[in-house]
Amino acid sequence: MAFVTANWNPLGEAFYRKIELYEMGWNLKDGLRECLVAAAPYGGPIALLKEPQRRSPSVRPQLEIYSSSGVAMASFPWKSGVVKQLGWTVCDDLLCIQEDGTVLIYDLFGNFKRHFSMGNEVGQSQVVEAKVFHSPYGTGVAIVTGASRFTLATNIDDLKLRRLPEVPGLQGAPTCWAVLTQDRQSKVLVATGADLFILDYTACTAVSPPGLSPQATSIVHMCVSFSYKYLALFTDSGHLWMGTANLKEKLSEVETKVRNPPKQMAWCRRPKSQQPSVVIMWDGHILVAGECKNTISYHLEGVSILVPELDGVRIINGTHHELLQEVPASCEEIFKIASMAPGALLLEAHKEYEKESQKADEYLREIKEQNLLGEAVKQCVEAAGHELEAETQKTLLRAASFGKCFLSNFPPEPFVSMCRDLRVLNAVRDYTVGIPLTHTQFKQMTVQVLIDRLVYRKLYPLAIEICRYLKTPEYQGVSRVLKHWACYVCLCITVWCVCLPQVKISLSLSPSLPLPQLLEFEPRSGEQVPLLLKMKRSQLALSKAIESGDTDLVYTVVTYLKNEMNRGDFFMTLRNQPVALSLYRQFCKHQEQDTLKDLFNQDDDHQELGNFYVKASYKEKRLEAQIGHLQSAVDEYNKAKNEFAAKATEEEMRLLRFQKKLEEEKGESLVGFSLHDTIRTLLAVGLHKHAEQLYKDFRVPDKRYWWLKLTALAEKEDWEEIEKFAKSKKSPIGYLPFVEICVKHHNKYEAKKYVSRVTPEQKVKAHLAVG
Amino acid sequence: MAAHLSYGRVNLNILREAARKELREFLDKCAGSKAIVWDEYLTGPFGLIAQYSLLKEHEVEKMFTLKGGRVPPADVKNIIFFVRPRLELMDIIAENLQPPREFHILFVPRRSLLCEQRLKEQGVLNSFTNIDEYILDLIPYDGDLLSMESESAFRECYLENDQTSLYHTAKGLMTLQALYGTIPQIFGKGECARHVANMMLRMKREFAGSQNQILPVFDTLLLLDRNVDLLTPLATQLTYEGLIDEIYGITNGYVKLPPEKFAQKKPGEGGKDLPTEPKKLQLNSAEELYAEIRDKNFNAVGAALSKKAKIISAAFEERHNAKTVGEIKQFVSQLPHMQAARNSLANHTSIAELIKDITTSEVFFDNLTVEQEFMTGVDTDKVNTYIEDCISRKDPLIKILRLVCMQSVCNNGLKQKVLDHYKREILQTYGYEHILTLNNLEKVGLLKPQTTTRNNYPTIRKTLKLWMEDANEQNPNDISYVYSGYAPLSVRLTQLLARPGWRSIEEVLKMLPGPHFEERQQLPTGLHKKRQQGENRTTLVFFLGGVTYAEIAALRFLSQMEDGGTEYVIATTKLINGTSWIKSLMDRPEPF
Repeated sequence: MAFVTANWNPLGEAFYRKIELYEMGWNLKDGLRECLVAAAPYGGPIALLKEPQRRSPSVRPQLEIYSSSGVAMASFPWKSGVVKQLGWTVCDDLLCIQEDGTVLIYDLFGNFKRHFSMGNEVGQSQVVEAKVFHSPYGTGVAIVTGASRFTLATNIDDLKLRRLPEVPGLQGAPTCWAVLTQDRQSKVLVATGADLFILDYTACTAVSPPGLSPQATSIVHMCVSFSYKYLALFTDSGHLWMGTANLKEKLSEVETKVRNPPKQMAWCRRPKSQQPSVVIMWDGHILVAGECKNTISYHLEGVSILVPELDGVRIINGTHHELLQEVPASCEEIFKIASMAPGALLLEAHKEYEKESQKADEYLREIKEQNLLGEAVKQCVEAAGHELEAETQKTLLRAASFGKCFLSNFPPEPFVSMCRDLRVLNAVRDYTVGIPLTHTQFKQMTVQVLIDRLVYRKLYPLAIEICRYLKTPEYQGVSRVLKHWACYVCLCITVWCVCLPQVKISLSLSPSLPLPQLLEFEPRSGEQVPLLLKMKRSQLALSKAIESGDTDLVYTVVTYLKNEMNRGDFFMTLRNQPVALSLYRQFCKHQEQDTLKDLFNQDDDHQELGNFYVKASYKEKRLEAQIGHLQSAVDEYNKAKNEFAAKATEEEMRLLRFQKKLEEEKGESLVGFSLHDTIRTLLAVGLHKHAEQLYKDFRVPDKRYWWLKLTALAEKEDWEEIEKFAKSKKSPIGYLPFVEICVKHHNKYEAKKYVSRVTPEQKVKAHLAVG
Repeated sequence: MAAHLSYGRVNLNILREAARKELREFLDKCAGSKAIVWDEYLTGPFGLIAQYSLLKEHEVEKMFTLKGGRVPPADVKNIIFFVRPRLELMDIIAENLQPPREFHILFVPRRSLLCEQRLKEQGVLNSFTNIDEYILDLIPYDGDLLSMESESAFRECYLENDQTSLYHTAKGLMTLQALYGTIPQIFGKGECARHVANMMLRMKREFAGSQNQILPVFDTLLLLDRNVDLLTPLATQLTYEGLIDEIYGITNGYVKLPPEKFAQKKPGEGGKDLPTEPKKLQLNSAEELYAEIRDKNFNAVGAALSKKAKIISAAFEERHNAKTVGEIKQFVSQLPHMQAARNSLANHTSIAELIKDITTSEVFFDNLTVEQEFMTGVDTDKVNTYIEDCISRKDPLIKILRLVCMQSVCNNGLKQKVLDHYKREILQTYGYEHILTLNNLEKVGLLKPQTTTRNNYPTIRKTLKLWMEDANEQNPNDISYVYSGYAPLSVRLTQLLARPGWRSIEEVLKMLPGPHFEERQQLPTGLHKKRQQGENRTTLVFFLGGVTYAEIAALRFLSQMEDGGTEYVIATTKLINGTSWIKSLMDRPEPF
């Protein structure tokens, strides 16, 4: 593991390391020379404006936006005025501050969003210098004009311009300045020569940093820490003063022995670190200065910029992207050469264990004896979080996991959540995504914000993956990402639609749009169907309604179609949708009988048409109308090849005619009776001949006729006729019924007459009946 | 009040309470005194949810039945219409409106765009202060029984291809799952079952965002199409409850009986007139005695009643043994319970006597004999003389239709000649208008011409053991006791699903109409049930298109089997018997 410490440099009590994050994917001819560069914190995007000063109208400077790994995200020629400063807002929008005080806002992909002005008075005097800063209230902009006046906007989303008071004796631009956020107010710290002033909204106060080296005659550079807590001043004497931002306390002062003013300075202090440290950059090299006299010096290739972060400084040049940070305590404990910290021992133990060496046990025993195994595991887990190399992370986590085996009550959460976090971090650090977050930054930033950033970069699938992996609640995670994704897709369609000249109709009404396909993703058909109708995609609405199974929805679409379409098309549509058709039939059955007929006609459903006419016949009062309907029914049944029904209906017509005739002749009310009842009535009133005629005409089976006649006569108690009937020919129903019916009518005398004729097997029953 | 709902394996009172809560909330939405105008069809089902007292507590002062004309005068602030979403009812409502009162509509079980559209066309939509829906799909009917009380469900699904009731079924099952947890396993057989399962899965997707965190009460849902088993409802049920239903008809848990037998025989009052109003009795498991005997074969009811009689009289005799004040006090405290038991015993003895008169009649016996011949496959391919005789005697048409359909089902269709003969006999005897009814029966497959010579009913009967020769009616050991020999096919399928699984009867399943399927619903982790040793599984069996009391009895019998391993809760669109079922399929054109 010697290589882990290879890039460590000691400074005072602590070590510093410079780790390469990416080899930049961009291909810049001149590196960052003559470029205006702005890189957003938290591994945000980088904006480049090449040669902003060249003012020839023929050659326009190019504004380019890259991810932290140098993958191009946008590029467009700069057509507006001269840009003095670039900067990023907290939500990854690009601010371009022009000489004339106008600030233009672009999104991550170079789309113009809006602009605002830093005040009218800027116009003549022009912006000399501008700074973008972040405060709890959002992103702010501060400018200083040629007239040496400062103007401040604390939050660009809620623009309130503050013109700060004049600085006494200041001519032109100040030597250096910085924005501080103190007491819930943004203030500007200005240095002119040896004088230092704090400008707030109302006053300009002279201040002096405690214990500033007397050799210094002028402050040439200053910088504020990421948290606005600390301030660093660089003097012309080459001294670096470090103290609190309220200028009340001095932390240290280091003599750098470099007298030319630095190009950039940045605080490089991790939270909870004991030692304040500042990175100072000149052409060709940087220095890290801390509490002690010594400094660390690194050589730089080409033009670079420093990007201050919460826990370090990123250094970007034309080809590389590096992170310079103080080595975190846990890493130091573990990897420091000859460290005896519990974490280091645990790592050793695990290494031996992998080698299957018994030394593993010795190491373990050593930790356990001091009762520090829990501490060791914690250190390993923590250190893994601070390492960027996946291999190192794994080694540390394995060691932690190994150590955990020997602990009984160790809470699993820190280990598990670290594993998860690292997986997410490694995914976003990937070259293609290019968000080089450290674990500390990630924790500060929260998952929510990370997801937002991914969404903003249109990395929807990754965002969803992460949500699922971290088990973010649906409404905060996946659903939200999907919503943005869907909006984006819709936007694309709108653009596409606007670009096509022939599409004139507005988005919501255009039938040629693939919006219905989008609606596919709406799972609730109750929502889907009315929308589809609104979009005039009625066919699709119909099939969706059917799919849902909600018949009310189907009815709704069907009624809509009925009103919208001509009848032919409407019927054709229904024909292709059997479910809708049968529902519509139900509707017609109750509401529109005539339409029902048309429907059957269209489908050549002769059986149903036959039934329809039969039903219609029962609604008629006049015989002729009834016969007419029945005749139509016969025709339809014939067409349907339903011979039985046709014949039965013909019979019915015959019966009706017969009944009517007889009614007229004999005055006996018969119409509406079944054949059976007609015959019985005839027998009851003694029209035996007519009954006989029906019996023959309708080919009533003998058995049934005998039963019928027997019952009818018995009811009349016409015993004579029964006897005659019994003797007419051999009974097809036997003679037991004769016995029984007589008994039923309490005429045992008659019953006895037939007992002898009952078949032998039924005789017992007959005798029993008679008694 | 509805304690019997909570006795079962699954506490169905939760469902009832949820329904009652929703009703109260709606009623409170209409502040002030109110009158309810009822769609008459709904009063029965609502009776199972809420009595008048609940409505009264919420300022319901009057109730009317919805009919044409204006709402009768009532001094109330609000008029609420409780209606099914039917267009024809909307027209009637439009006639009813008469300001100045506040009108509200409560659609049961679901509001309908179509109906609102109709109200709009009638120009009255804006007259309503509230238009709401009251989601009443599955109504708790008894401790282990849910019914949608949708009379026409079978007709709509199988005859008219209107799947509205299936949609309500799926919705009802979703409500049930919201209260009792996601049902992890779904089995089904039949087209409608498939459709319902598809809709359920679809609806689950619609709620994808929210996961149900309730520990599942049901392990399995079995969806069965009624047309998978057309035979069972045609057969005459022979359980006590089944026979009550066959003979007197049970509607919404109530039966109306001829009053003569129930006249209080008290000495000295002999001269009083016998009551003429039919005796109305509520039948459910809240009545201890009824719960005990309802599912018994009727032949075993007599013995059970006499045993109970002895126990009760013994209990009453105990008063003679009560010596101390304490003992007497204890006796008196039991008195109301004992008196209730005695009343209950008297009632059921009377009912049993009424039924016995019928079951011992020759007509009943002959009919049963023919049914059993058909079910055992005797002479199903010929014209049956008994049926012919019945037609000749012009016995009730439904009886004839039940028998003919049964013959057709048991013969996998009738020879064209036989079928035409029956049809002609029926038309000539009962009237040609019944051609429409016959047509309906053919459409749903109850009557059909034989298309192949192969009759697969015997195979099904043998494989599924649908006929048990020696059914023990007194101490049953198989479900076949409910029909004294015939084991209902639907229940056999349910039984075989639990053990050994449907894979063993693939062949037979293929012979029955419609697909069979299995679906699984993912449970959130942590909700997987850890079954304890000997703990029974709970299966919800849903009969799409109706279920008979005998089938329910058979399922209850399975639940109680000691080594059964599964307890059943039954749900259905409607409780049916052969008569009510065939009636629902009849088309009666209005007479001239």
